[in-house]
Amino acid sequence: MSERIPKWADVVLVPVISLALAFVISGLVILAIGENPWEALKLMVNGALGSSYGWGFTLYYATNFIFTGLAVAVAFHASLFNIGGEGQATLGGLGVALVCLALPWPHWGLALPAAVLGAAAFGALWAAVPAWLQARRGSHIVITTIMFNFIGASVLNYVLVNVLRPVGSMDPATARFPPGASLPTLHDMAAALGIAWGRNTPANITFFIALACCVLVWAIIWHTRLGYQIRAFGKSEGAARYAGINPVRITMYAMLISGALAGLMAINNVMGEAERLVLNSVEGAGFIGIAVALMGRSHPVGVLLAALLFGFLYQGGAELALWTTIPRELITVIQALVILFTGALDNMVRMPVERLFRGRGAA
Amino acid sequence: MDLMTALQILDSTVRLGTPLLLACLAGLYSERAGIFDIGLEGKMLMAAFFSGAVAFVTGSVWLGLIAGIAGAMSLAVVHGLASITFRGNQLISGVAINFLASGLTVLIGQKWFALGGRTPALSGEGRFQPIVLPFADSLRDVPVIGPVYYELISGHTALVYVAFAAVPISWWLLFRTRFGLRLRAVGENPAAVDTAGISVTRLRYAAVAIAGLLTGIAGAYLATGLSAGFVKEMTAGRGFIALAALIFAKWRPVPALGATMLFGLLEAVANRYQNIDLGGVVIPVQAMQALPYVLTVIILAGFVGKAIPPRAGGEPYVKER
Amino acid sequence: MGARQQTERQATAAPAIELRAISKAFGPVQANKDISIRVERGTIHGIVGENGAGKSTLMSILYGFYRADAGEILIGGRPVQIPDSQAAIRAGIGMVFQHFKLVQNFTVLENVILGVEEGALLRPSLNKARRVLGDLAREYELDVDPDAAIEDLSVGHQQRVEILKALYRQADILILDEPTGVLTPDEADHLFRILASLRDQGKTIILITHKLREIMEITDAVSVMRRGEMVATLKTASTSPEELAERMVGRKVLLHVPKGPANPGRNVLEVENLRVVDAAGIERLRGIGLTVRAGEILGVAGVAGNGQSELLKVLGGFQRATGRVRVNGDDIDLTGRRSDGQTRRARGIAHVPEDRQALGLIMDFTAWENCAFGYHNAPEYQKNALFMDNAAMQADAQAKMERFDVRPPTATLAAKSFSGGNQQKIVLAREIERNPDLLLVGQPTRGVDIGAIEFIHKRLVALRDAGKAVLMVSVELEEILSLSDRIVVMFDGRIMGERLPDQTNERELGLLMAGVAA
Repeated sequence: MSERIPKWADVVLVPVISLALAFVISGLVILAIGENPWEALKLMVNGALGSSYGWGFTLYYATNFIFTGLAVAVAFHASLFNIGGEGQATLGGLGVALVCLALPWPHWGLALPAAVLGAAAFGALWAAVPAWLQARRGSHIVITTIMFNFIGASVLNYVLVNVLRPVGSMDPATARFPPGASLPTLHDMAAALGIAWGRNTPANITFFIALACCVLVWAIIWHTRLGYQIRAFGKSEGAARYAGINPVRITMYAMLISGALAGLMAINNVMGEAERLVLNSVEGAGFIGIAVALMGRSHPVGVLLAALLFGFLYQGGAELALWTTIPRELITVIQALVILFTGALDNMVRMPVERLFRGRGAA
Repeated sequence: MDLMTALQILDSTVRLGTPLLLACLAGLYSERAGIFDIGLEGKMLMAAFFSGAVAFVTGSVWLGLIAGIAGAMSLAVVHGLASITFRGNQLISGVAINFLASGLTVLIGQKWFALGGRTPALSGEGRFQPIVLPFADSLRDVPVIGPVYYELISGHTALVYVAFAAVPISWWLLFRTRFGLRLRAVGENPAAVDTAGISVTRLRYAAVAIAGLLTGIAGAYLATGLSAGFVKEMTAGRGFIALAALIFAKWRPVPALGATMLFGLLEAVANRYQNIDLGGVVIPVQAMQALPYVLTVIILAGFVGKAIPPRAGGEPYVKER
Repeated sequence: MGARQQTERQATAAPAIELRAISKAFGPVQANKDISIRVERGTIHGIVGENGAGKSTLMSILYGFYRADAGEILIGGRPVQIPDSQAAIRAGIGMVFQHFKLVQNFTVLENVILGVEEGALLRPSLNKARRVLGDLAREYELDVDPDAAIEDLSVGHQQRVEILKALYRQADILILDEPTGVLTPDEADHLFRILASLRDQGKTIILITHKLREIMEITDAVSVMRRGEMVATLKTASTSPEELAERMVGRKVLLHVPKGPANPGRNVLEVENLRVVDAAGIERLRGIGLTVRAGEILGVAGVAGNGQSELLKVLGGFQRATGRVRVNGDDIDLTGRRSDGQTRRARGIAHVPEDRQALGLIMDFTAWENCAFGYHNAPEYQKNALFMDNAAMQADAQAKMERFDVRPPTATLAAKSFSGGNQQKIVLAREIERNPDLLLVGQPTRGVDIGAIEFIHKRLVALRDAGKAVLMVSVELEEILSLSDRIVVMFDGRIMGERLPDQTNERELGLLMAGVAA
């Protein structure tokens, strides 16, 4: 028995074909609602990538998706499907808010590490319960993480309405964070280096934390004992037990890392952008992580590229909604198609590709 | 709490529980056949939109119902293709279907009606009207039985009665017919079905199609029975509550009725009271909203009876050599 | 009915099944090559061959799971097409698979009618099946409780349900694939009685097995397959196990590994009163006691499923148990936090598991990753406190693979890309090169080609000669007899007896394996 298709085809060709299919169908959808896909694409590219202003948004969205994508990817390596990124990021936001509101922070350099800890801890906590239930009680983690998304939303709702809402405010949101907790934006950072970069865009220093997380995840998964054990456990639980790998511990570690990564997203959107915690601040980014991880084949480089693509789609989609009659929900459709083709319909692309290579191999 | 208040709450329990019940039964058919379906939400949403849209355009709620079923069915076909024909991951397919519905409904709605994703309000023949059962009016004044009959049992739309009838029908179909035997077998051990010379693929498609039909009715009920038209994201997590109810009911039709009505009751109570004061202990409305999910997690954790899903659930069937 | 009997009688001259020049390839692998065979009506026809000889593929073609690339199938003299299982059933073929195709939470009746229901409603079918099952039970010693759920039945009874399913479908030809692998000797005897009475009623039975004893005991004729080809079809009465074995493997089997006398030393492993209760509450080990000394191979014989797997799992550290186990004189933890495989390895226990694909290897991992599997915490694989040293792991694996003659010796290939024998060599290299005090090895040569068997046996003997203790579990009596220095036989979770290989024989061991104290 030999490998059925070469590695490059598995890693590059199949995802690219799947992606192309998703985009062709998206184009047809745009045609169907009476717009010109080519014009739409030009608008999106221009709006998202044509200026440092556009990039400021694209990178901001991408930062969110890197975190949630890595979160899903790490869990995937342990064969765990964490659909709870949304809830974990929501709770991460609560962690960030509690940290930022706890002290009159003198400087972001102090607030950031503390908020990182808060975000990661709360995100991990929200993943810990489903993880424990999966490891100890065999409760299907897909269902429990879905349930925890809803429970998380209710918890946040309660906390914002009854606990953290400033006196006199009708808005279910926390007070504004102290100025000392305000993170430098890419504009600020570029200005410090003497580079002109668009103002008023939300991209901030968190982008670099996200990049660091990509490296970190890569190192953990492929260069540490923990990563080795996570991958072994993910490929074969029986073999992992034979090797003395503790399934409970690995499930917990993988999900804690996954939840922490999802929680870290809140550094970007809550601390970096909104500077206060509002209801539904995650806005579906937790779910986009699924698409990003699937497209990126659970590899940090793939996740980074996929997150950038989705960042582009989000910003481009917003531009489309601004200048055409195409609503933002187009992006949801594209996202669905990407998940469908790179995830669920993977075999639809893979089987013909395999046949192609088999044909060549025989010849 | 007087009888009238109780009846009103129970009445709204029935109305709110109905879409959950239909979706729950949809999930039951699918998962009993070994196909996990976390796309109930998306299928319902799609059905709600198409039923609302077509009912408005044609003025006929029945055409709306058919369109809604067709909408849900089209997503069911996608799910079938992904999880049966191409042996993909059923969970991922379900996630994709939810997003697909969420995006497409707004996209098409905006294109057709330009109301930001809503459909225009329905009235008259465009909605399902309450059916007053025989003698409801004349019995109304009989103590206890009268109000119960008039308020609670009579006066619902046709789809509510359809949903309730679907419970015994499903039980009979699953446990007393050849189709049911085969359907349950394919969710437990598809190899047994295959070696018996029955097509696993066809059975699973049938189950997925029934799920499409039932989610179609559920969605149509949301847009044309419970409300007067489609609103963006109007399913609001009901597909997932239905999934929770399915686990709660341990994949059985009659308990599914109980579970969905319990969750319907929670919603009805949460709608009526913001916070419930139980002798000094105040239960916040958010707790009521979260309760179905919390209960499901507890059930899943096996602290209160173990919920064992069909053995072959989630696994694409591949013939072994 | 009368007409059908008429044609059947006319056809009695024709064989029940005739295959003509059947060929089937999976990609580059030719699973069946130009196979022709005649199976006479009213006989039990054995098909023997090693693992991977193509027996199962051939039967899958006959049962409509695969379509042959070329060739012809004749049933009762008439050519038939068998595109699916339904067609096979219509042609009167019933199949009892090695892994039963039963719905666990259905009753016997429900399983029996599945696919041959009388109408849309179940009740009439159930009533009919209850009647028919009663008749069949009387006729063939095939009694099972029709209302019992499958999950509550013993394996032997589940197999009877499979046979009943076939008979209920009015099968004239019954194919059984390795039917005794999961049975106790008692159950196997019962099965053979059933098969004999079926034959006497005119049914045709094809028995696929690799156990020559069964072939000699019950078949009328036997066909030998080797590497996808049909080597010979012989009358059982006019052949011998030796001849069959030779034809199966294509040359004289090496039944005796060259090895000198053992020099056993101190006790390395001491097991006392070991007990295991499984999740279903069934006691799998009922008080096992044994010792293995340095410099000897202890063979554990027994029919699969009599507790050997549990014994290995307990000693290997992934099954909890009660009792007492000492290694080199020190007690080891059987239930607590230190009852895991990592601790066992640290105590000098290495383990080549019975199922290398499911346990011993991660099939998607590369060979070098697999060569560290279980020893991934070893200091030589770490670069520093945080990171593993992938380069060192690769170099280490490369060296091990060359010493164990793994082909191809490419450490970057995935484990799944290697043949069964080479996969086993990877596992052995990893475990033996750790120089353990005690090696646990389960089914060392299962699914391994002949060349590799010799190599593996020599390595095990070499480890013994180096003064290490080896505990070997095998269902192959020949392997047990030729390799062990001492033999214990397990039956139903107990040790039935201990023998020395040169003072016993297959017959005596067979009786012990059947639970009969000799």
